[in-house]
Amino acid sequence: MELSGGEIIVQCLKDEGVEHVFGYPGGAVLHIYDAIFKQKDVKHILVRHEQAAAHAADGYARATGKPGVVLVTSGPGATNVVTGIATAFMDSIPMVVLTGQVPTPVIGSDAFQEVDTVGITRPCVKHNFLVKRLEDLAETIKKAFYIATSGRPGPVVVDIPKDVTDPGIKIPYKYPSKVKMRSYNPVVKGHLGQIKKAVKIMMEAERPVFYTGGGVVLDDAAKPLTELVEKLGFPITQTLMGLGAYPGSGKNFLGMLGMHGTYEANMAMHETDVLIAVGARFDDRVTGHVKQFCPDATIIHIDIDPSSISKNVRVDVPIVGPVKQVLRDMLKVVDESDAQPNKQALKQWWEQIEKWRSMDCMKYDRKSKLIKPQHAVEVLHKVTKGEAYVTSDVGQHQMFAAQFYRFDKPRRWINSGGLGTMGFGLPAAMGVQMAFPKAEVAVVTGESSIQMCIQELATCLQYELPIKIILLNNGYMGMVRQWQEFFYESRYSQSGMSVTPDFVKLTESFGHVGMRVDKTKDLEGAMKEAFSLKDRLVFLDVVVDPSENVYPMIAAGKGHHEMYLSPGSELV
Amino acid sequence: MRHIISILLENESGALARVANLFTARGYNIESLTVAPTEDLSLSRMTLVTSGSDEIIEQITKQLNKLIDTVKLVDLTEGSHIEREMMMIKLRAERTQREEIKRLVDIFRGKIIDVTDTSYTVELTGAASKLNAFIEAVDEDLIIEVVRTGPSGIGRGAKGLGL
Repeated sequence: MELSGGEIIVQCLKDEGVEHVFGYPGGAVLHIYDAIFKQKDVKHILVRHEQAAAHAADGYARATGKPGVVLVTSGPGATNVVTGIATAFMDSIPMVVLTGQVPTPVIGSDAFQEVDTVGITRPCVKHNFLVKRLEDLAETIKKAFYIATSGRPGPVVVDIPKDVTDPGIKIPYKYPSKVKMRSYNPVVKGHLGQIKKAVKIMMEAERPVFYTGGGVVLDDAAKPLTELVEKLGFPITQTLMGLGAYPGSGKNFLGMLGMHGTYEANMAMHETDVLIAVGARFDDRVTGHVKQFCPDATIIHIDIDPSSISKNVRVDVPIVGPVKQVLRDMLKVVDESDAQPNKQALKQWWEQIEKWRSMDCMKYDRKSKLIKPQHAVEVLHKVTKGEAYVTSDVGQHQMFAAQFYRFDKPRRWINSGGLGTMGFGLPAAMGVQMAFPKAEVAVVTGESSIQMCIQELATCLQYELPIKIILLNNGYMGMVRQWQEFFYESRYSQSGMSVTPDFVKLTESFGHVGMRVDKTKDLEGAMKEAFSLKDRLVFLDVVVDPSENVYPMIAAGKGHHEMYLSPGSELV
Repeated sequence: MRHIISILLENESGALARVANLFTARGYNIESLTVAPTEDLSLSRMTLVTSGSDEIIEQITKQLNKLIDTVKLVDLTEGSHIEREMMMIKLRAERTQREEIKRLVDIFRGKIIDVTDTSYTVELTGAASKLNAFIEAVDEDLIIEVVRTGPSGIGRGAKGLGL
């Protein structure tokens, strides 16, 4: 089969099993778009801004576990996806981004829509390529998918000059079935000796805690994790990125940990003697002040990426390997071991944890006439029976969604954890809904975040995506306002967002259904109505109490045991 | 602590930039960096001198290993090794100075590789400390130009860093 460069790209995507490409055409990719026009297998989703293409592909990848694919043009097309690439990079999301480039003979001449895409994206990709020869195209695309999806996943950029896709030049095409790279060999198995050593320590533990992160979700390791946690009877806390791997309603779950984690989770971290970290990276939002982090703990760390180990916090028993396989091996070692968990000590540990739990750190005013954002998320949970895919933007609403929508399944909670990208939620939801057309997909967002990619309402209409947007509208960049209230004596510098469009009318002008609700008593009815419109996008503008803050909170530079639990409270 | 790290890299465009980028992005020190293709033209050999605490050096080697273009890496400081650096130094050399500089070059086992009526260009190879010592020994006013390659390193013994 003889194909041109443009045709090769499309054929590679088919051979890779890609069904959806999120993109936006332009001069440098016209040959590729012409090849897309001539086939039906790969569906192209036309976004309204390239940033949204990256977020949509990212959301698609997070929900399905398959790599998301993006196609954009050179210059501004490429620079517009950088935020989306960096978002995926920080959260280790497999993504392949194809960017057009000016023809090879004019590279470096400041040609129209030329930018050094490989240079600009280098710090925020797992790897990137510039394809200078047509002969290298298929193999490079194969490598891109291999690198993006193996080891610790991440985004890979393939920059393709226009002359490489010239329809007039055809070469024989064969997609490599396998690719081998001498310089890239991700670990496929954890060291059994280390696993045995870890199990021995776990069996002797008196106050153990599992601390698990996004790596468990990425490696689809929820099942062995849940099995191990329940077999041992240990408590478990999860990071923002790890929610849903162990069920949020599970009896051993302490809630999320970290800056806005629960009192019981953070206190357990502070008091633990054996910490089992799985697919988590000791991010600063999780650890608080590293000097005060888990002061008494022997730390076991399972991670696919050796550079994550002992990066921020010194680890005692490192296990480098894919978490699913390591957890399975661990289960085997536990089953074959004569040792048992220390039942007596665990009983005491759980009694202590129940004491912390009785503080009821997530309480809020349930009698409020003004809608409390926490309540809105709880109603969303009730109406969707906890089964929805929930994406979010960044800020207070994100934390409320993470805290109050108890995710029972992995890949249901989709948010920009590492980079904290406002504008992520709506396009990410598009990717999720493309992957699962029948599923309930909700965007929990704020009036500030939603405006950053609001143009995508048009994309949602074009592809008939019945997303439900739950806007927790408090008229502020809530998290910025919260920090200004706490640390800048309530000087709300530039964090007010009272001047917004009329979201109901705006939504209607895009051809969707807009609704507004501002009384607690009307909320559930409105939410039910929104979800009853199965084939329509509904934008529900929920006017919430603007003074509400996210608690508990560990202030920057403090340890896990130093939290504010409610307005005006002292450190506890 | 000073560390000398030797890396076998894919000889691809951008590989050097990836290494340099890593150091700036993560705020690591980089004292010197030399790179050239090996006998296998698909591979480059890089020698990198850096410094930091044990924790930082551990992160540096892990992060370098994580780069897709890195084929192999060794921290030469961990074992017995040899380091060499080459320097070309241009000195003002007039009348009586000429004899004295010549003597100094001989003592350091250097070579004079270019001569004019008023100058010498001296080639000197050795450990960085030796080159420093030569610069110290020469009258500062006589130095016109100094060009140093930065150290290259190789492990002692019969074993090599290969594929």
